Amino acid sequence: MKTENQKAWLFVLPVLALVAFNALIPLMTVVNYSVQETFGNNLFFWQGLDWFENILRSDRFHAALGRQVMFTAIILAIEIPLGVMIALAMPRSGPWVSVCLVLMALPLLIPWNVVGAMWNIFTLPDIGLLGYFMNNVLGVDYNMTQSPTAAWVTIIVMDVWHWTSLVVLLAYAGLISIPEPYYQAAKIDGASNWSVFRYIQLPKMKRVLTIAILLRFMDSFNIYTEVFVLTGGGPGNSTTLLSIDLVKVALGQFDLGNAAAMSLVYFAFTLLVSWLFYTIMMRDEE
Amino acid sequence: MKRRAWIPIIYILFLMVPIYWLVVMSLKTTNEILGGFSLFPQELTFDSYRIIFSDPTWYWGYINSISYVTLNTVISLAAALPAAYAFSRYRFMGDKHLFFWLLTNRMAPAVVFALPFFQLYSAVGLFDTYLAVALAHCLFNIPLSVWILEGFMSSVPKELDETAYVDGYSFPMFFVKIFLPSIKAGVGVAAFFCFMFSWVELLLAKTLTAIYAKPIAAVMTRTASSAGYELGLLAAAGVLTIIPGAIVIYFVRNYIARGFAMGRV
Repeated sequence: MKTENQKAWLFVLPVLALVAFNALIPLMTVVNYSVQETFGNNLFFWQGLDWFENILRSDRFHAALGRQVMFTAIILAIEIPLGVMIALAMPRSGPWVSVCLVLMALPLLIPWNVVGAMWNIFTLPDIGLLGYFMNNVLGVDYNMTQSPTAAWVTIIVMDVWHWTSLVVLLAYAGLISIPEPYYQAAKIDGASNWSVFRYIQLPKMKRVLTIAILLRFMDSFNIYTEVFVLTGGGPGNSTTLLSIDLVKVALGQFDLGNAAAMSLVYFAFTLLVSWLFYTIMMRDEE
Repeated sequence: MKRRAWIPIIYILFLMVPIYWLVVMSLKTTNEILGGFSLFPQELTFDSYRIIFSDPTWYWGYINSISYVTLNTVISLAAALPAAYAFSRYRFMGDKHLFFWLLTNRMAPAVVFALPFFQLYSAVGLFDTYLAVALAHCLFNIPLSVWILEGFMSSVPKELDETAYVDGYSFPMFFVKIFLPSIKAGVGVAAFFCFMFSWVELLLAKTLTAIYAKPIAAVMTRTASSAGYELGLLAAAGVLTIIPGAIVIYFVRNYIARGFAMGRV
């Protein structure tokens, strides 16, 4: 049982100070930009909510947001079941566990632009292993810089390659925390593999899976570096996700007010989805 | 269990293929790369690596990255330990909301914050220092550390704290001598995640540095564009960015398997 103690705030203070410094000040700067117009020279004019109205009506914003939502939905639909499946197939103990974990964690520790560069080298039509294999061995016409479909398949495979291991690690951690007697009891009752999964393993993994889905949602919804390095948003605008579009507006066109309003809508959307999901999943805990 | 062993094996093979290709490319000469396709390097060369290790702009990139990542791990853990203790042991006003608010900071797209971060850190005179990047990365590493450590601390029974007070330990003594050793695995896991997310993040690190604290990944981007198409060099630099991560995982491999099982995660 936890004790009531308001002095605990003192323990939280350093964290609050550091996070507030990094989160609140930049956020206020963005809010500030979002209601003003600038023509350079540090001159700002009050603009009210015009930028927000613009964005909510803009087809370009809707298209970019749509692509972002589609990307996140696809990778979640692949990575979560795949990660759980791999975690279930892993041995529960033994010398191979460490080897598997080390090898699986490797992609997680590669800097994001290196991931993009690496997949670029890997998929080049005549030089890359995948590009060569697809074009010259399988005879499929595969060129990321020309076909939107190929570009989409590539960014999705790249993300699955990059992040499925995080789901595996978390799901596996949930699985090995299940005490052995649970399985023995299930065996005595003659439970099928499916019922073991449905009534023992899945409920035990609920908490870690919530976290895994939340982390994957936030990170894939904000993905920028890898996709930008790999496709640059092309061909055309086909892989211009919201984050990439945002940078185009902010730095390419130096349209600060518009970009800031876009950022806030973007942030609010992420926050809303995460909060809804977190509340629903945690509803019957405690 | 046995008959399903092929699933992890195939998955690991899938993970290794692009890495294998990166290593192969780093060992080929530029002529060979552009000349045609081959699964193995025909004329093995270590020139790309030699260039990296003899050029200060390159190897300082590594030193810079490792410096701010280490600094960030230390700051994040130092701040997160007492906070996680408070969350795991006490109830206080607004604790649940605070916890979720901390997590929300992971949701802000780094892209959104790049420009304000640049202005903020220039204003306080920290631009282009290790400290700037280390502090900026606290934005996402502190919430994560608090969350991981809280899980581990909650699995330590409260009686441990009480016994220590009865034995006459002061709070700081108890925390360092008794409590920390009992959550060693948790500290390992948290440190691993701090290292990981700080090492792989580039956008903020690149925005907050110019010359003296420039991360290796940023050196790579610049070289890739300015020197034209030096794929071998790019691949070699990529391979070298994988190594520190691999070393860190190797050291925490047992903590990760055992550690996760102990914490509530």
